Amino acid sequence: MADVTLRDVRKTYAGGVEAIKGVSLKVADGAFCVLVGPSGCGKSTLLRMIAGLETVTSGEVDIGGRVVNAVEPAARDIAMVFQNYALYPHMSVYNNMAYGLRNRGLARAEIEARVREAAQILEIEALLARKPKQLSGGQRQRVAMGRAIVRHPKVFLFDEPLSNLDAKLRIAMRVEIRKLQRRLKTTAVYVTHDQLEAMTLADLLVVMNGGMVEQIGAPLEVYQKPATTFVAAFIGAPPMNLMPAAHAAPNGWAAGLPPGAVVGVRPEDLMLGQDPPAGGLRLPLTVEAVEHIGAESFVYGKAAAGDDVIVRVAADATPALGTTVAATASRDKLHLFGADGRRLTDG
Amino acid sequence: MVERRRFGNLIPHLILWVGIAVVAFPVYLAFVASTQDNAAIANGQMSLLPGNLFLETYTKTLFVGTSGSTREPVGTMLFNSFVMAMAIAVGKIAISILSAYAIVYFRFRFRMAVFWLIFVTLMLPVEVRIYPTYKIAADLNLLDSYAGLTLPLIASATATLLFRQFFMTVPDELLEASRIDGAGPVRFFKDTLLPLSRTNIAALFVILFIYGWNQYLWPLLITTRDDMQTIQIGIRKMITTSDALTEWPVVMATAVLAMLPPVAVVVVMQKLFVRGLVETEK
Repeated sequence: MADVTLRDVRKTYAGGVEAIKGVSLKVADGAFCVLVGPSGCGKSTLLRMIAGLETVTSGEVDIGGRVVNAVEPAARDIAMVFQNYALYPHMSVYNNMAYGLRNRGLARAEIEARVREAAQILEIEALLARKPKQLSGGQRQRVAMGRAIVRHPKVFLFDEPLSNLDAKLRIAMRVEIRKLQRRLKTTAVYVTHDQLEAMTLADLLVVMNGGMVEQIGAPLEVYQKPATTFVAAFIGAPPMNLMPAAHAAPNGWAAGLPPGAVVGVRPEDLMLGQDPPAGGLRLPLTVEAVEHIGAESFVYGKAAAGDDVIVRVAADATPALGTTVAATASRDKLHLFGADGRRLTDG
Repeated sequence: MVERRRFGNLIPHLILWVGIAVVAFPVYLAFVASTQDNAAIANGQMSLLPGNLFLETYTKTLFVGTSGSTREPVGTMLFNSFVMAMAIAVGKIAISILSAYAIVYFRFRFRMAVFWLIFVTLMLPVEVRIYPTYKIAADLNLLDSYAGLTLPLIASATATLLFRQFFMTVPDELLEASRIDGAGPVRFFKDTLLPLSRTNIAALFVILFIYGWNQYLWPLLITTRDDMQTIQIGIRKMITTSDALTEWPVVMATAVLAMLPPVAVVVVMQKLFVRGLVETEK
């Protein structure tokens, strides 16, 4: 159990490509930190730098108070779960889990105890004699996690472990991972491109883009107060509606905003068929499509200025296609960003 | 795809049988000739059925040898061939798997130059480099020795290339998981790469063993003593006696015996690598 601290970590590849442009963050002991971002944002690279599989060009990686930049992965007391599981194909499940412990010279009895304990937690006791190719995807994932657990490491590192599973299994495993981490109280750093996974798993959410950190915070905080337009559009599904403030100005609330300001409002904060509150937003929309999820529905409309707007409505209150509706939102539900994409502080 | 044909599988089977007959007939003839009397063969009156001299001929072949130019019993020559082929196969595999490992998994200066150098030697047949190789072997006192028979042939670019291609298909994540599990380079090689390479090694072993077994030019050059010669040379020598009658039964028996070890190797290894081929999944 240890905290993980990154101090202005940078990574530049041999050809001059700067993959990580100065990342600093601190994960408290026992916290679940999720690195989320689109493909190519550097989250996997950052994880691998914590693991020791990539070198650090400058900055410090600190695990449990010890700077580990020059320490081999095996000596950092971490355990990693890979996207493709990386199980040893020629070894049985038991040996897959025992391999790392044997290399460390643990006694046979101790190894057996740890493997059986992990197998019990993950409910894979019946599979111990099988080889990886005889297992399903979910079972392989559990063996991969078992291999990480038996190490009793200071930090768990997860590299998109659920990406190869089907949707239902993904949801079930997500909960399992969370419960497991809570039970073991081990610090975890988890990489994913799925913002829903990020929101549901994280104690600390780190949104990354282009090698830099856009925002760090608790999931709800990031959701309710996104620091940049990127974070605003990335977190939340369907994404926040963003448009130039000028397009949504008619009610006069946009007075005093800098030029090029962008206003954002989440689909669930827009309402149809209501009077606009004082100082709030009113957008006439032409309904172009409606999506029924079951518990709710989403209306896709086009505003007068050509912006696409999504509104969440109750499942039984969907307007017909082609009709014109007015979407309204109160002033405090609006997110205001400057022309540079950063949140305006009085927004 | 399930096909229904009018005569069942009769015609394909017939064609296969004809093919087998054409290929196997000379081998059968050799076997038959080895059990017949020499006079009958020389006169061209050899029957198509095995004779009754089986035990006699084979004992003579293995333990006595002909009275012609090679006085060496075939048993000794078989042994020499076997040692040579085994040493070459095992040596080639050991050297190439290590070279491929170095080239794929380590970053060192001139790595690509080394790889291309190995690759270029593929274009050099044995015959082209025979004179310098012989001179070096002679200077090192390797004539008429097992070392001389095997060492100059023991490096293999083909095997290195094959292993390199195979290692490149092993996922990087396996290496990373190994590193995190505390396996250094040697342990990774021993515990992970080698078991995964089993199929490749078995297939290569068959090919290289037969290559070593069939060598003619190099053993001919490097050995002068009769008791160091290999069976390929032995067979050839038995036939070219100009001052004595070729003892055909003995020659044929030798030929049949010379075929047995490679066949045995193929049969034993085949199970191993067919199983490996079927089980490919990482």
